[in-house]
Amino acid sequence: MISVLLLFAPVAAALFVPFLASRLRGIHTGWFVLAVPVLLFIYYMGFLPQVKDGGVHIGELSWIPSYGISLTSYIDGLSLMFSLLITGIGALVVLYSIFYLDKAKERLGNFYVYLLMFMTAMLGVVQSDNMIALYGFWELTSISSFLLIGYWYTRDRSRFGALKSMMITVFGGLMMLGGFVLLYLMGGTFSVRELVSMAPELAEHSLFTWALVLVLLGAFTKSAQFPFYIWLPDAMEAPTPVSAYLHSATMVKAGLYLVARFTPIFAASEIWVWLVTSVGVLTLFWGSFFAVKQTDLKGILAFSTVSQLGLIMSLLGASAAAFHVEGAAETMFKYAGFAAIFHLVNHAAFKGSLFMVAGIVDHETGTRDIRKLGGLMALMPVTFTIALIGSLSMAGLPPFGGFLSKELFLTGMLSLGELDLFAPASWGTVLLVVAWIASVFTFIYSFYFVFRTFTGKHKPDLLPKSAHEAPAGMLISPALLGLIVVAIFFVPNFVGDWIVKPAVAAVQPFMYGSPADVDVHVAAWHGHITPELMMTIGIVIAGLVLYWLLPKWQGAYRIFPEYLTLNRLYDSTMIFAETGMNRLSRSYMNGLIRSYLIYMFAGIVIIVLGSMVVKDAFAVSFEGTAPIGPIEIGLLAVLVASVVTTLIARKRLTAILALGAAGYVVALLFVIFKAPDLALTQLVIETVSVALYLLAFYHLPKLSRHDEKRKFRVGNAIIAAGVGLMMALLAMSASSQKALPSISQFYKDTVYSEAGGGNIVNVILVDYRGFDTLFEIAVLSIAAIGILGMIKLRLSRKGDQHEKQ
Amino acid sequence: MKSSDVIIQTTTKVVFFIIFLFAIHIFFAGHYTPGGGFVGGLLTASAIVLLLLAFDIRTVRKALPFNYTVIIAIGLLLALGTAAASILFNVPFFTHAYDYFNLPLFGETSLHSAMLFDLGVYLVVVGATMNIILSIGSDD
Amino acid sequence: MEILMSVIIGFLFMAAVYLILSRSLIRVIIGTGLLSHGAHLLILTMGGFSGSAPPVLADGVTDFVDPLPQALILTAIVISFGVTAVFLVMAYRAYQELETDNMTLLKGNDEHD
Repeated sequence: MISVLLLFAPVAAALFVPFLASRLRGIHTGWFVLAVPVLLFIYYMGFLPQVKDGGVHIGELSWIPSYGISLTSYIDGLSLMFSLLITGIGALVVLYSIFYLDKAKERLGNFYVYLLMFMTAMLGVVQSDNMIALYGFWELTSISSFLLIGYWYTRDRSRFGALKSMMITVFGGLMMLGGFVLLYLMGGTFSVRELVSMAPELAEHSLFTWALVLVLLGAFTKSAQFPFYIWLPDAMEAPTPVSAYLHSATMVKAGLYLVARFTPIFAASEIWVWLVTSVGVLTLFWGSFFAVKQTDLKGILAFSTVSQLGLIMSLLGASAAAFHVEGAAETMFKYAGFAAIFHLVNHAAFKGSLFMVAGIVDHETGTRDIRKLGGLMALMPVTFTIALIGSLSMAGLPPFGGFLSKELFLTGMLSLGELDLFAPASWGTVLLVVAWIASVFTFIYSFYFVFRTFTGKHKPDLLPKSAHEAPAGMLISPALLGLIVVAIFFVPNFVGDWIVKPAVAAVQPFMYGSPADVDVHVAAWHGHITPELMMTIGIVIAGLVLYWLLPKWQGAYRIFPEYLTLNRLYDSTMIFAETGMNRLSRSYMNGLIRSYLIYMFAGIVIIVLGSMVVKDAFAVSFEGTAPIGPIEIGLLAVLVASVVTTLIARKRLTAILALGAAGYVVALLFVIFKAPDLALTQLVIETVSVALYLLAFYHLPKLSRHDEKRKFRVGNAIIAAGVGLMMALLAMSASSQKALPSISQFYKDTVYSEAGGGNIVNVILVDYRGFDTLFEIAVLSIAAIGILGMIKLRLSRKGDQHEKQ
Repeated sequence: MKSSDVIIQTTTKVVFFIIFLFAIHIFFAGHYTPGGGFVGGLLTASAIVLLLLAFDIRTVRKALPFNYTVIIAIGLLLALGTAAASILFNVPFFTHAYDYFNLPLFGETSLHSAMLFDLGVYLVVVGATMNIILSIGSDD
Repeated sequence: MEILMSVIIGFLFMAAVYLILSRSLIRVIIGTGLLSHGAHLLILTMGGFSGSAPPVLADGVTDFVDPLPQALILTAIVISFGVTAVFLVMAYRAYQELETDNMTLLKGNDEHD
């Protein structure tokens, strides 16, 4: 319960941010915001001992119980690891942003509101057990990412990047929702936990493969897998703290989380293993290959993130493959799952620090173009050290955490070669070779990133600013992450026992009963030469040679034709959709409201009268109708007379008074039909309305016919007569044949016992159907504020023209 | 819109309070007999409109110095808050609670959280109506 | 009574649609007012006129009129008031700025879309 409410703590804190940002301009807003992730981090740390022993914490808050939808905080090894990442990296990023974003120049209020919103969304994604809530949080991460990428919204590239990421990730999110709905249809529950427990039955279902593919589409778009990765490089327009946080450490890992979370359900399918592994390896290769082409520091990091996400994805695929191996917990198949989680943690640490380094370089030199940079080592020694740690870890060299996870990765890939699950048996070997080549390129871009920036010749005349070391505050966060990278190398099994193993047990419940069963021991040196070590040595040698020769072959990238890229495909799809739809709408939208109304009225009349004829639905029955008294006749006569008056009135006052009269007659009809609430309301409304008309009178034009032609009027009359006829026939048929009894009996029976009221109408309004009323008063408020805006803002045509000049 | 008819002004002063009290009565009676937040709010608004007709906008603004936009906001918050409060008690959104109490002076009275919701409705209706009327009326 | 009301409702809708399709702004607004009256009466008629007492609990009364249509109409009445107000203000602001209330002339041009 508390843990569920704490999911919303960041958003709740965000409510105060605008006030802090505008009232206390002297203090950087980030200092207040920093407290939120730090406190949450400490709170989640408290779960570690419990989760380490295989314990699970479940908090639940019912939301829409009638559909089985609830907000949950389900903390097991996997979600705890992610929660710690989100709050831990979040705290470091907020700290970093305090120095990165100038409090005088930037709109900090917006920035931190979006960031806190993202934090809640991301925590919600990893802790929700209910798939609908998961979906909601998932889309919220897309929205906050959109807002953060477009933070500098005056730049065209920012808006373009924001829209692109939104289009692709929301598309994936909707596909994923489809997958969730299919899972619900199969299993009858929205709870992931319960679905996991019935995984064997689900695998037999005919919709199983569809659900699998749809869920994967969601994961692949979010985690920037091939071919959906194209949004991630464009997302680099976001401020660097955002790139470090959302687009490398957390949000893009939501797709990995999804795959990990659903592995127990889908692992039974060979398609899952095949798709996840192959797409992962392809992305790994593609990203690392194109990273070397980039000239923008953040561009290199973006492609390297794509590549690393592919790496983790392929490991998750391999860990699902373990499902198909007898006694996998004892063989080399046990490594893939561990490697996936271990590398996920490593990657968050070194990539976060590298992004911060890129931000520092950008901040202190004014450019991120690697062609202009060089020789910064002497000027920025601390930054260089951090960058070196991060890059070497990324390249997979000791003594850094990345070395260990790279070794485990190679073990995982080797195990694929042993697997006879794939249709062509050699496919596993192909994947292994591709993964090895990709690792070589990973090595190259890591070196490319750090040495092109920090060594070589310094070119001060190309830099917009004279370069110098960053302020200490800005260095704290990347330095801490660098320390973690080194620490992981020396105490990998500590991290493994406390964080990785509980998560692995959650991903592969078909292999392990509790975290203690995960029998993986990480070591830098196994006492003898392993195949993995040989491969690593090969990577280093090939990488060094190719890096040495880089100037000779980097030009080869230009051979790829620009018009065949995926980006071009995306652009042309967007342009086609926009112009095509525009042309289509223009063909029937002529700007005349009357035309639109005629489309609608004619359409309704044709559909309703048509179906009445086809279904033979018309009926008139006088049976059981209420008697007609003289008072009713009189009132209806007055009503008709006043309506006719509005039709033929030549003066506006006559027309409006006639409308008022019609309203009062309707009120009296309500009295006769025993609706006292309606009668009261209608009477008062009519009075206020007439006052309103009279007030507006002063401004309104005289009533004029604008010499409507006979043809025009006859056309209107035909449409009007059609609508009138339709409504009359519809009303007669409906009141003559009641297929179902009124549901009001329920209200009559329970109004006193359940709702504690006497006036059924009012109780329906405030209790039974309170939602309607809530929306209604919201609409009324919008109307009032809209009117206020229209009158007070005075957006006049003259102002418009002024703007154009 | 300025009127200086003494007879209208004098009677209006009295009639305003009669309508206003009636509005309050109808609002509170709403749960058991005809009435409720909508009618109550509209009646209150029409009472103020009557004042507007008898006096002028400036006088009424001075006598009732409310910011009606803020009243809308308060009303909406109250309604939404009443509905959302049930979440904190781990019952579905919009679950109302009520009980009967023996209050001094009033005797046995029912206190109902729906009343708070209805008060929100009342405030929104008053605020919205007065906002509409005043913005149109004060526009020239 | 139900059949007679149906005819009246048809008549109200006919008049409303005719007014809405006309060229004068004020007539359009009056038309929407009539349309909502028609809709309210339609909902009420659909609920039927059986039942001998208003839907308010009282001693010894069991035969209530159907309360649900009434609750729906109450909501609709207030909404239609808001809509009328917005229409009115929109109309007179448009008239102030564009100096015409002719719907044909008020159509957007190619610059404004």
